[in-house]
Amino acid sequence: MSVLSFSAPTESSHSAPFYRRRRFQQNFYGWLFALPAILGLVCFSAGPVLASFYFSLTDYSVVKPPSFVGLQNFVDLLTSDGLFRQSLWITTYYSLLAIPLSLIIGLLIAILLNQRVRGVAIYRAIWYLPTIVPIVATATLWRWILNSEFGLVNWPLKTLGLPAPGWLTDPAWTIPSLVLIHLWAIGNAMLINLAGLQGVPVQLYEAASIDGATSWTKFWHVTIPMLSPVLFFNLVLGIIESFQVFTIVYVIFTPGGTSSGTAGPANAALFYVLYLYRNAFEYFKMGYASAMAWILFLIIVALTWLAFRLQGRWVYYEGGKIGE
Amino acid sequence: MERVSTIAGVRTKSAVRASPTSQSRSGQVLAYVLLSLGGLVMFMPFVWLLSSSVKGPNQVFVFPPEWIPNPIHWDNYAYVVQELPFLLYLQNTMIITVGAVTGQVLTSMISAYSFARLRWWGRDVIFALILSTLMLPYVVTLIPIYVIFTRLHWINTFLPLIVPTWFGGGAFNIFLLRQFFLTIPRELEEAAIVDGAQPWTLLRQIIVPLSKPALAVVAIFSFLHQWNDFLGPLIYLNKAQLRTLALGVNALQGLEWGRDMTQYIMAISVLITAPVIILFFVAQRSFIEGIVLTGLRG
Repeated sequence: MSVLSFSAPTESSHSAPFYRRRRFQQNFYGWLFALPAILGLVCFSAGPVLASFYFSLTDYSVVKPPSFVGLQNFVDLLTSDGLFRQSLWITTYYSLLAIPLSLIIGLLIAILLNQRVRGVAIYRAIWYLPTIVPIVATATLWRWILNSEFGLVNWPLKTLGLPAPGWLTDPAWTIPSLVLIHLWAIGNAMLINLAGLQGVPVQLYEAASIDGATSWTKFWHVTIPMLSPVLFFNLVLGIIESFQVFTIVYVIFTPGGTSSGTAGPANAALFYVLYLYRNAFEYFKMGYASAMAWILFLIIVALTWLAFRLQGRWVYYEGGKIGE
Repeated sequence: MERVSTIAGVRTKSAVRASPTSQSRSGQVLAYVLLSLGGLVMFMPFVWLLSSSVKGPNQVFVFPPEWIPNPIHWDNYAYVVQELPFLLYLQNTMIITVGAVTGQVLTSMISAYSFARLRWWGRDVIFALILSTLMLPYVVTLIPIYVIFTRLHWINTFLPLIVPTWFGGGAFNIFLLRQFFLTIPRELEEAAIVDGAQPWTLLRQIIVPLSKPALAVVAIFSFLHQWNDFLGPLIYLNKAQLRTLALGVNALQGLEWGRDMTQYIMAISVLITAPVIILFFVAQRSFIEGIVLTGLRG
């Protein structure tokens, strides 16, 4: 009966009534206590994943039962849907800007905040605060800050006679604007880096100093390698997050939920999940949207897999390599 | 996973410890200058938010902008609370938040105890399956779950936002609490077991009192998540009187009011941001531990 390593406690061979009762009790309470989580797993994760896969092969509008169409949704998406390609491109473009920038800037800020200067706790709080602002408030606030005529950002630019772009009205500036907003709320990456920096043993720096290393050498040969697992963690989170951006673009570009045609100027803010949302909940093309969800899933899995494959080249683990 | 929890451990032990750079005088000055400049840039939007929230309709669209409006329209806040359905939105948000936070804390605690302490057939496989859902993008399950709630006729009720939280409270919370429970020495429970205590008693009388910091982390993040959630209410609540605060703020930007609402939108944004900031300062420690552990926004 011991299919699984933990299932047969050693005491079971004695089959004393106490142990038998004990084992029954452990199984009974174990299942009972875990029951909510198990039901949740079945009803809200495993079941829906299977259902989603099935829906992706159907034409389904919720009102009528799904009708099987094979791979038609995927064929349509990949060959004839210009908006799908636009949304994929926009999301990729955003990720290519946002992920490296937040890695680099998140690291630089963490290094600054790791200095032994007075009042550093206050600075940490200030740098962290934007991250906890509710996304809807962030969106409404930045929509106003980036207003081309009366906004905060264009105020100094105009005063100095510099060009004042239409941050959210010019298609070329839409994605950089969203990256800027993302960088404002960089607190989590910063905090994780900061924790990583504080975990670097002082002895390593001392040893390097004795060998005559400069600050720059110490940064490249001690800080970066020791911090690489944390940077890797941030990279993976960054991939997962940036491919699923939704709320901020929805609130900024479809104010009040007015689903008027384009998302941002010339659809420059048609993010993947926004287009998915529209297909599902505005056009009620549930099958089509499910196919989009699966493509996104595969993209994220592929990128995460790639990141894990490549980590051997730059990520240093103290206790030896991971996965060996 | 091991790695992540070590990081958290380090972070909690000491706020400032190893600082790699030599603390030369010029280095310190440079650090101060950069920190202050950067801090100013980060903080500016907050000042702008506050300033815009107390402007009158003809003070909003002015160039160059006035930082301290004259006169200061504190009455914008009275308007938001009295004339706009702020209190209704707040009430809706609170109903969902209380229901969901309770569900998440209670059921993740009970499940985590089972995974940490009880031996049962299938435990490790199920735990691995639950953990694997962390990798699952939310869009994959979004549509089927919506279909379930449509079939149950729960659209335009708060149930789709509350009920799922009573089923385990999320893989991450289970994982976090399980890891914490594993650090509690078993000996504490053994005496009680000999006395014939049942798992429920052990959980309530031994584990819970020792796990308050971890439970606080779960509760805080659960609160933040509910308070900020937008997509869930957007999909399930389509009636104006059911709106949460997040939906309400967004709706104020729409056309239904027939005029520009910028200063009121800013005032209401201040009102929904303030509780979160207060919570941050009150529970800074739990906050930071939680973020370092999860790396996720609430």
